[in-house]
Amino acid sequence: MKLRLLWFAGVLLAAPAHMRAQSDRIQAPASIEAGSGFSIHTAGSGKATLFIVGQNQVVKREVQMGQDIWLAPGVVHNAGAYLLILKSNDSTDTAEMSVSPENKPSDLSFLARPSRLPVGIHDGITGAVYVFDAYNNLITAPQSVTFELSNPAGVTQSRTVTTRNGAAQTEMDSTQQQGADKFAARTAGVESKRVVAQVPGDPCGIKMSAKPSGEEIELATEPLRDCSGNAVPDGTIVTFTETYGGDETTVDVPLKRGIAQVSMPAHNGAMLSSASGVVLGNQIRWEGQ
Amino acid sequence: MLKLLKRLVPAVLIVAIAAPVDAAAQASVRIETPAGLEGPRTLQEQTASAAIRDYLQAWRSMNAALEQNRTDQLSTYFAGTALDKLNETAEEQASAGLRTHYQVNSHDIQIVFYSPEGLSIELTDTVQYEMQVTDHGKQIANKPMRSRYVVVLTPAEARWKVRVFQATM
Repeated sequence: MKLRLLWFAGVLLAAPAHMRAQSDRIQAPASIEAGSGFSIHTAGSGKATLFIVGQNQVVKREVQMGQDIWLAPGVVHNAGAYLLILKSNDSTDTAEMSVSPENKPSDLSFLARPSRLPVGIHDGITGAVYVFDAYNNLITAPQSVTFELSNPAGVTQSRTVTTRNGAAQTEMDSTQQQGADKFAARTAGVESKRVVAQVPGDPCGIKMSAKPSGEEIELATEPLRDCSGNAVPDGTIVTFTETYGGDETTVDVPLKRGIAQVSMPAHNGAMLSSASGVVLGNQIRWEGQ
Repeated sequence: MLKLLKRLVPAVLIVAIAAPVDAAAQASVRIETPAGLEGPRTLQEQTASAAIRDYLQAWRSMNAALEQNRTDQLSTYFAGTALDKLNETAEEQASAGLRTHYQVNSHDIQIVFYSPEGLSIELTDTVQYEMQVTDHGKQIANKPMRSRYVVVLTPAEARWKVRVFQATM
């Protein structure tokens, strides 16, 4: 018994500061990394029960006091604050221990928005990540995360951001070319990908021509493109307007094979115009050409 | 309650809390939203208020679950990994014959990140509490503790839910 007490006193003196400030009969590390193995020193004799109690995990062990208790790697794996309780028939001793996340990313929670947007939007794409270890603990130590947006032609935007409190975010411009872009977040060999569909924007302009067709005028646009040269998708509505003698006639026409066309009554002196969304096309004054 | 909070924190933004703050324990709550909040999106006061209200309710829900080893109410305020881990803890406690009561004395909450598109809010909370552990109905520990929590909440249908709930000392 004396020898045991002497041994325990020796352990106390030799133990680094982070292992002290515990109860008399239980000595545990003040902090460990999630999933690592560690020892708890106990003093005294006889049987006892060790409880390791936290909000994210509880461990119970029947132990022999006066011996080191080895907790194997993986046993205590959830980050958190733990209370260690050594309970024997005649006494209860406690110690505190903090379990920090492993400093090795294993998973990324990647929030990317939107999934579809027009080309050429400044800071139109946003991404945020949370970095987790193999035990689903949020890694709060700074990690370097690279965000990468690449379009089908191979053009890539890349940003590297350091996490704070486990989180990092970025904004990216949508590219000039329509198509399915890959949006990736990457850290320490762990990657998460999303697809962001980039669709043509509004038409850059509308050029309309008119020609007579019997009692009517045939109006037609040239193929509509956005300001990056992408074809505006079929189905986009073009509104044709004819103003004559104080009356106004409008016709909404969906694009078909890139162009919109319509026939309207031919009136000498009529004003003809076209528009799509906020984009206005050219005007034509019909003089019976 | 708001007057009390304002007295506690004159120099920071106080977010009004619609629900009683940890009514069982009457814990004091200090809330701070730093001017340089991480993320491009502006955090509206109503959003912050709702998230913190739901977070504090999550604490009550967690406390009730670990006090009775009943998990049926946890999913109202927790989701994902945080919910899984709390469910496991309640099972482990029940198997070990333990129950735990967290008597919270104070929360010191700081909102640190609001992700683009409003898909998540991250906060830190330094909590002072007493941890009372009973083994088969007999109290075996009553320990004052102070922990810093990192918490991530995400919006659900009716409220913000806690997805990451992690403490350090």
